[in-house]
Amino acid sequence: MAEFLDTALGITVLIVAQSLLVIAFVMISLLFLVYGDRKVWAAVQMRRGPNVVGPFGLLQSVADALKYVVKEVVIPAGVDRPVYFLAPMLSFVLAVLAWSVIPFNDGWVLADINVAVLFVLAIASLEVYGVIMGGWASNSKYAFLGSLRSAAQMISYEVSLGLIIIGVIISTGSMNFGAIVAAQDGNWGLFSWYWLPHLPMVVLFFVSCLAETNRPPFDLPEAESELVAGFMVEYSSTPYLLFMAGEYIAIFLMCALISLLFFGGWLSPVPFLPDGPHWMILKMAFFFFLFAMVKAIVPRYRYDQLMRIGWKVFLPLSLAWVVIVAFFAKFELFGGAYARWAVGG
Amino acid sequence: MSVADFAFYAFAIVVIGAGLMVVTSRNPVHSVLWLILAFLSSAGLFVLLGAEFMAMLLIIVYVGAVAVLFLFVVMMLDIDFAALKAGMARYFPLASLVGLVILMQLALLFGSWVEAEGALGLRQAVTPDMAEIHNTKALGLILYDQYFLAFQLAGLILLVAMIGAIVLTLRKRENVKRQDVLAQMYRDPAKALELKDVKPGQGL
Repeated sequence: MAEFLDTALGITVLIVAQSLLVIAFVMISLLFLVYGDRKVWAAVQMRRGPNVVGPFGLLQSVADALKYVVKEVVIPAGVDRPVYFLAPMLSFVLAVLAWSVIPFNDGWVLADINVAVLFVLAIASLEVYGVIMGGWASNSKYAFLGSLRSAAQMISYEVSLGLIIIGVIISTGSMNFGAIVAAQDGNWGLFSWYWLPHLPMVVLFFVSCLAETNRPPFDLPEAESELVAGFMVEYSSTPYLLFMAGEYIAIFLMCALISLLFFGGWLSPVPFLPDGPHWMILKMAFFFFLFAMVKAIVPRYRYDQLMRIGWKVFLPLSLAWVVIVAFFAKFELFGGAYARWAVGG
Repeated sequence: MSVADFAFYAFAIVVIGAGLMVVTSRNPVHSVLWLILAFLSSAGLFVLLGAEFMAMLLIIVYVGAVAVLFLFVVMMLDIDFAALKAGMARYFPLASLVGLVILMQLALLFGSWVEAEGALGLRQAVTPDMAEIHNTKALGLILYDQYFLAFQLAGLILLVAMIGAIVLTLRKRENVKRQDVLAQMYRDPAKALELKDVKPGQGL
């Protein structure tokens, strides 16, 4: 067995099996994330939520997915067919692709590359294309307006996301997720993690993630009261399912990013408990719960307010933070909390 | 053929094919999409060269920002394709002449290209040893430590260009209603809202 895994074929089989494992994890969590999302909104609005299919309605998402797949694909007249079908596939594939660099435990990662953080940012910047192409190819005013809004919003918030991540990279001295988590391993459990020294940026990062993934209160691209469903309005059946799945996977990826960058990934919050992938999954689930709560309790923003916050508040704040962190790290202030590469963890 | 060779040929063929499609496709939006594919494949070539930082930067900057703006502009334009095609036949002889002249000039230039003695050594002298140091760090050391002033100067030139573009396009229009966000945020709810207890069947 061990010899077989050293051959070229063995390595290929191993990589394919690992990739399938990650995809299976993402897809199964997707089913329960959608369910959990709906249950949280229902609880906030004092409803029951999905409760018919399966015990406690747990299989509701399976039924929904099945319904989407077996429905007829309605293609509106005047669409640009290749681009129209490329768009949902692109947004789904890109959302899944980013998981290849996300580690779940020390060394549990498909591609342990040095520029993992940049890779995730690059994938996030590519995700704009699914939205733009979908909106343009649909040949519809609502879809086009929705995609324009979405693209402007995603590009604006990517800038502050990137700047906030630079602060973490300066503190760590590496762009590898494993190194970032290792740098947060300290003697004080959860107080060694980056959320404490980078506290104001954690809030900004969370809000930018909401805007980047088109989640409420920044879901203007799909504002149903104005644009019906934004760039997805002309899509039906499986293409629509791919868009929605891509969106949820991107949200879950953002939860993983917050856990890794600021909340220590697979590190245990208290020193006497062992580290492990269950912490990573628990943290991701917790941040997804926060995403769901925000959707349930915060009203939608106006588009000019959204743009104003992005460019006039978040961008200057995160840029100033980069300068401040660079200063703290250079002179190793606060016991080296901002320069973990210098003081060693 | 190793995996790296196969990947190189795949990326190279896709770059050239996508480049051809940029020029030949009928719809300008498709052209931009092909251009994006060309950018992505060249990022793949950078990865094969061991410059993954440059590859990611190429994707984030060119594909994530510049090409999106291209796409915006092209999608907003209302282009009459028939008129565009009619112009093609008229300008083809002149355009091919220009292309031929440029090609000949380039051929002359590269045909007589002699690399100065020691040029390679000079270039390698400033490059850190790639076996010891990661390429992101090497780039950072060269740009931010060694050539700090030149880098700052380049940034300054870009800043001037940016300010110039803003000054040229900024105009204050009269009679336009503007949102004053601060005024909106500091409004007093007590002055803006009034709650009334309406009796059923009576109205206000």
